[in-house]
Amino acid sequence: MYRWLLCFRYLRTRYIALASIVSVMLGVATLIIVNSVMAGFAVEMHERLHGLASDILIECHASGGLPDPDSHLKEIRQVLGDRIAGASVSVHVPGMLGIDFNGQLITRHVNLVGIDPETYDNVSQFGRFLLHPENKSKVSFDLKENGYAPERESFPESGWDYRRQRVAYDRALDEERRRVEESLRRVRGEALKSDEASAGPSMSMDLSVTMFADDSGKGPKQFDGSQDQFPGIVLGISTCSSRLRDDEGAVRDHYYCRPGDDVRMMFPNASDNTKVVNQKFTVIDLYESGMSEYDSTFAFVRLDQLQEFRGMINPATGVRSVTTVQLKLVEGADLNIARDDLRRRFPPDQYALNIQTWRDMQGPLLAAVRLETTILNILLFLIIAVAGFGILATFFMIVVEKTRDIGTLKALGASSSGIMSIFLSYGVLLGVVGSGVGMIGGLVFIKYINSIAALIERITGQEVFDPTVYYFSSIPTIVDPFTIAWVVAGSVAIAVAASVLPALRAARMHPVRALRFE
Amino acid sequence: MKNQPLLQARAVYKSYQKDRVEVPVLRGVDLDVFAGEVTALVGRSGSGKSTLMHLLATLDQPDQGEVWFRGERIDNASRRQRDAYRNQSIGVIFQFYHLLPELSAIENVLAPAMIGQSMWSYFCNRKETRRRAEAMLDRVGLLHRATHKPSEMSGGEMQRAAIARSLMTSPSLLLADEPTGNLDAETGMEILALLRGLNTDDGLTIVMITHDDSIASGADRTLRMHNGNVLDNRSKQPALGVFAGPTLKSSVG
Repeated sequence: MYRWLLCFRYLRTRYIALASIVSVMLGVATLIIVNSVMAGFAVEMHERLHGLASDILIECHASGGLPDPDSHLKEIRQVLGDRIAGASVSVHVPGMLGIDFNGQLITRHVNLVGIDPETYDNVSQFGRFLLHPENKSKVSFDLKENGYAPERESFPESGWDYRRQRVAYDRALDEERRRVEESLRRVRGEALKSDEASAGPSMSMDLSVTMFADDSGKGPKQFDGSQDQFPGIVLGISTCSSRLRDDEGAVRDHYYCRPGDDVRMMFPNASDNTKVVNQKFTVIDLYESGMSEYDSTFAFVRLDQLQEFRGMINPATGVRSVTTVQLKLVEGADLNIARDDLRRRFPPDQYALNIQTWRDMQGPLLAAVRLETTILNILLFLIIAVAGFGILATFFMIVVEKTRDIGTLKALGASSSGIMSIFLSYGVLLGVVGSGVGMIGGLVFIKYINSIAALIERITGQEVFDPTVYYFSSIPTIVDPFTIAWVVAGSVAIAVAASVLPALRAARMHPVRALRFE
Repeated sequence: MKNQPLLQARAVYKSYQKDRVEVPVLRGVDLDVFAGEVTALVGRSGSGKSTLMHLLATLDQPDQGEVWFRGERIDNASRRQRDAYRNQSIGVIFQFYHLLPELSAIENVLAPAMIGQSMWSYFCNRKETRRRAEAMLDRVGLLHRATHKPSEMSGGEMQRAAIARSLMTSPSLLLADEPTGNLDAETGMEILALLRGLNTDDGLTIVMITHDDSIASGADRTLRMHNGNVLDNRSKQPALGVFAGPTLKSSVG
């Protein structure tokens, strides 16, 4: 009883000890904040990674792909049984994207993916990352009239409206150019005709015009850009835009092309004697998942069209090949077990198949995040350990200061263990108060973290959470009660450990020497 | 009843180490304290009287010799027994009061009860214990100061609180180490009168250490210590059963 009475009194009257637990408090608050923000980021990233990738991915290394996917799917269904929630096939092929921007050709390396719009959304989230509201619910590879990204003010006008304007402008420009050249030719006469081939600018203009006309010229029907579109393509938003800051510091996106523009894709065909297929597509939508790795490398087209372009249809049987099979498993199914089952059925030394779960594919990234969290936790616990040494020093001072009282207590019949437990419970109390206040402070900080970030931005003028770097508009946080319990228990343990030595010293004190202490 | 020794010391030796030199403090002290008596230990500084008191209170252990309380040897008893002895059987008061500065007067008085009981039993008896603490404060005339901290009290008041605290567990023996040493003469007299009252009214056995012969002269027995020995073991007549004033000469020399 007297132990608790005394240690409560010490807590109330010794402000120096309270000062020493401020570091415990700050350590605990920082740990909780950092863990919550890291967990928020990790979960957000997991969600995005998992949303973009299907649960299990079966890739075929052969350039011709996996013939007859239906029979393979039947096998897979037999192996996995009712664990399968959805399946889709697709063709992945490396490609080069060419965007005509102000008369210049911008090239980008992309992963061209042919997807089956009907089934692709069953295995991974695709539609919800598109900009047009109708495409979000159901993807069609046809250009929409207008109404792209209604929630974004700065998004440029896109769709058929824009396409018609652009084609009309191009035509007027062509006409004007032709008229100017005509008149030039007339003025200079026939003498200039031989130099025309070497005249740089006019030649490149002619070339670009002919390039444009290349595909459209074929077929019985003349291609009319204001009414017709090439096969639809969905581009990752970072392949055709850049995010910059303007003079006022506001974030602004610049688009090299937008829905309604035509782009050029170059990719290998599926034959053994590989040739490059050069195909024009019309951008029908943009894809923004928030994962820069995906947004800057992916382009999606329709599966059947890509199979046609690449020659992946067996002319004799009409059976189509694919390169990738994506599977989604039912909730709670163990991905690793399913993967191992599939690997047993399709052993890698017999089949040129690579079977992976989405975690296997993102392994390095997920491991890096885990490592970061671990290291941060260790560092912050070191901070609390430093605070522990502060407590140790303060406690030694308090024990010295209380020497006579310790002697008195012993003279009144207090046992050594009783004296020891005064200082141990004092340590527990300091730890509990410090980590309790720290926990509350940390939780409050997390609750208002975005307002706090905004406030710091206003005061310092420095952006804390830069949306050009992160694709989240606000800082994601997740408070895990288990982590908090762990942090609080750990810091209380450190406080107790730091008070053991002073408490032992107090307990071992000789009563007579303690009573005589001046 | 007064013939039965309550506390006995037999051939007690005690020395301290100082710079690797053994400094003997007690050289074979024999002492008998009889129940119901006031025994004064007189001696100059360094004569070993405080050391003897610490041995009697089991705050320290003798190098040689034995200390007996009620027919039981206590100097080599277990830690737990010695803690219980200090808590239950004796009360100790000091020259510098040694009240706990964080606690109020009543809490200081309650402290021995808290120490002696487990948390649970203290919680069960807390009302009764508090009543007893108030009675003890009343006994020493300090009830009106119950909630005051030691820093808000005078020296005499602090010593009264210390006496109330030492009486809390109804000990049969009170060890007082220069209880008036830090007080002015008048306040000292009050404290001595209080102690004498406890002796006559409640039959409390008191061992008092003092260097003031005038104070010692009021005791039932006076023992003089010199150079680590008890020189004089003469009984004083109980006719002078009141502590004498400063004018009264000491019984010896």
